[in-house]
Amino acid sequence: MGMTMTQKILASHAGLDHVKAGQLIQAKLDLVLGNDVTTPVAIHEMEKFNKKDVFDKDKIALVMDHFTPNKDIKSAEHCKCVREFSAENDITNFFDVGEMGIEHALLPEKGLVVAGETVIGADSHTCTYGALGAFSTGVGSTDMAAGMATGQAWFKVPAAIRFELKGRPEKWVSGKDIILHIIGMIGVDGALYRSMEFTGDGIKYLSMDDRFAMANMAIEAGAKNGIFPVDDLTKEYMKEHSVKEYTIYEADADAEYDETYTIDLSELKPTVSFPHLPENTKTVDEAGDVKIDQVVIGSCTNGRISDLRIAADIMKDRKVAKGVRVIIIPATQDIYLEAMREGYMETFIKAGAVVSTPTCGPCLGGHMGILAAGERAVATTNRNFVGRMGHVDSEVYLASPAVAAASAITGKISQPSELGL
Amino acid sequence: MKAVGTVHKYGDNVDTDVIIPARYLNSSDPAELKKNCMEDIDKEFVNRVKDGDIMVAGKNFGCGSSREHAPIAIKASGISCVIADTFARIFYRNAINIGLPIIECKEAAESIQAGDTVEIDFDSGKITDKTTGMEFMGQSFPPFMQEIIKSEGLVNYINKNNI
Repeated sequence: MGMTMTQKILASHAGLDHVKAGQLIQAKLDLVLGNDVTTPVAIHEMEKFNKKDVFDKDKIALVMDHFTPNKDIKSAEHCKCVREFSAENDITNFFDVGEMGIEHALLPEKGLVVAGETVIGADSHTCTYGALGAFSTGVGSTDMAAGMATGQAWFKVPAAIRFELKGRPEKWVSGKDIILHIIGMIGVDGALYRSMEFTGDGIKYLSMDDRFAMANMAIEAGAKNGIFPVDDLTKEYMKEHSVKEYTIYEADADAEYDETYTIDLSELKPTVSFPHLPENTKTVDEAGDVKIDQVVIGSCTNGRISDLRIAADIMKDRKVAKGVRVIIIPATQDIYLEAMREGYMETFIKAGAVVSTPTCGPCLGGHMGILAAGERAVATTNRNFVGRMGHVDSEVYLASPAVAAASAITGKISQPSELGL
Repeated sequence: MKAVGTVHKYGDNVDTDVIIPARYLNSSDPAELKKNCMEDIDKEFVNRVKDGDIMVAGKNFGCGSSREHAPIAIKASGISCVIADTFARIFYRNAINIGLPIIECKEAAESIQAGDTVEIDFDSGKITDKTTGMEFMGQSFPPFMQEIIKSEGLVNYINKNNI
């Protein structure tokens, strides 16, 4: 029996010729990631190991992105703890305020992850790097500590679901709409413990930013990872951003999949997830009259330059609806600079939006846009659980940058066609 | 090893944001975290929970964020075991890694009700609802994970095996 793309990467990192679903393996890691919320717990665990040193100071990335610039004293203490640990261990890739960005946008941009690698991160959205043809998955702080100390992690080799994408999506349908559609179809545990492997001719119509957004939300279907094949676009991206050598793995023709879904991208419509689960999807056409109080455009899902470009195209020469607060968060400093150069900042500010420094802030109800009881937000983020962005009686509607920007202008859940676009 | 306790019952897809909301993640101290455990889904949990109590839930328990603060908060609250139909995979790893006992058992997750007294025999995987007299068999862990559990977490396991 052949192997899936994920299984091949795992086999190579476990030093095995062949692995099968369900097998327990010990795999070598190419990168271990943590942030300001999860790393302090990992540092505390590290102290309990017989071996106190990190396995490789170049293969650890620590990004201060969640509650930064520090929202309170406790958060500042957490960052201080990680800052001191990084200095003591001479960690090469420690990113503090000024250099940091939202981790899953930052690491690919800095070229720290390439195709064929195995990456763990103490953040559930670590699965984002599957867009580059890498195996990457979220873990907790103890696994992160073990990874930092040993350079290894244990995995149960996952079975897989194949998503064969065909056709070309319409203008305002993005990677976000595709992944929301898929989660709506299979449910928030539809891919539990398994890989989501994306294949098919439709992939050529998806930008790297579309693919990052899709791999990013594999976790919202319960998946261990989401992964894309490596094509010319991936190679071009890696060439531009990284000096690391990459390895291309392809699924065997006789690889086993639990299920295969064929999705015609040309039939998809702008899609929104209603509260309080990402699987509660409706097309914008079906959404009805949902008035909103806030819009957030940003996050590890949709804070990249093409996301801001789409939002700026829609908001240009228009005004944010009265009574709606619009918060735009470029995911990294480089994205921030490019948005400035392209004039998007001016567009946003003239429209009546605010633009923030990179932070995960509002996505997880940390800071920079917390909701009061009864308030509703349309957000390009990834979770709409109870209380996710603030009060337990607030609501989050997940959407693409195009839908979020159009909604900012009309004050209710809308799509660009309602603005004549 | 056995656990006996009163059941706190929840539904499907209990996410780590409701187990411990992010507004409390500026602390990683178990004693602090337990003060707000389950707050957004069950405000009375912290007042009701007693040492040794058992949590029972539906499918995909612990979905969402990878925050280890979630199983830490549950363990610090005194919960001796979580029984669910299924667990989200990161929560599953985290629980084993920090030594919070968990058992997957669809039948038990459906049948056991809030307030029941339940006994769990970790060696055999047998779950007994002492209130109704019903018995269930939980899914057993592979030997490798049993070793981690016996070592009381991943750190001790790694130290013991010189990995």
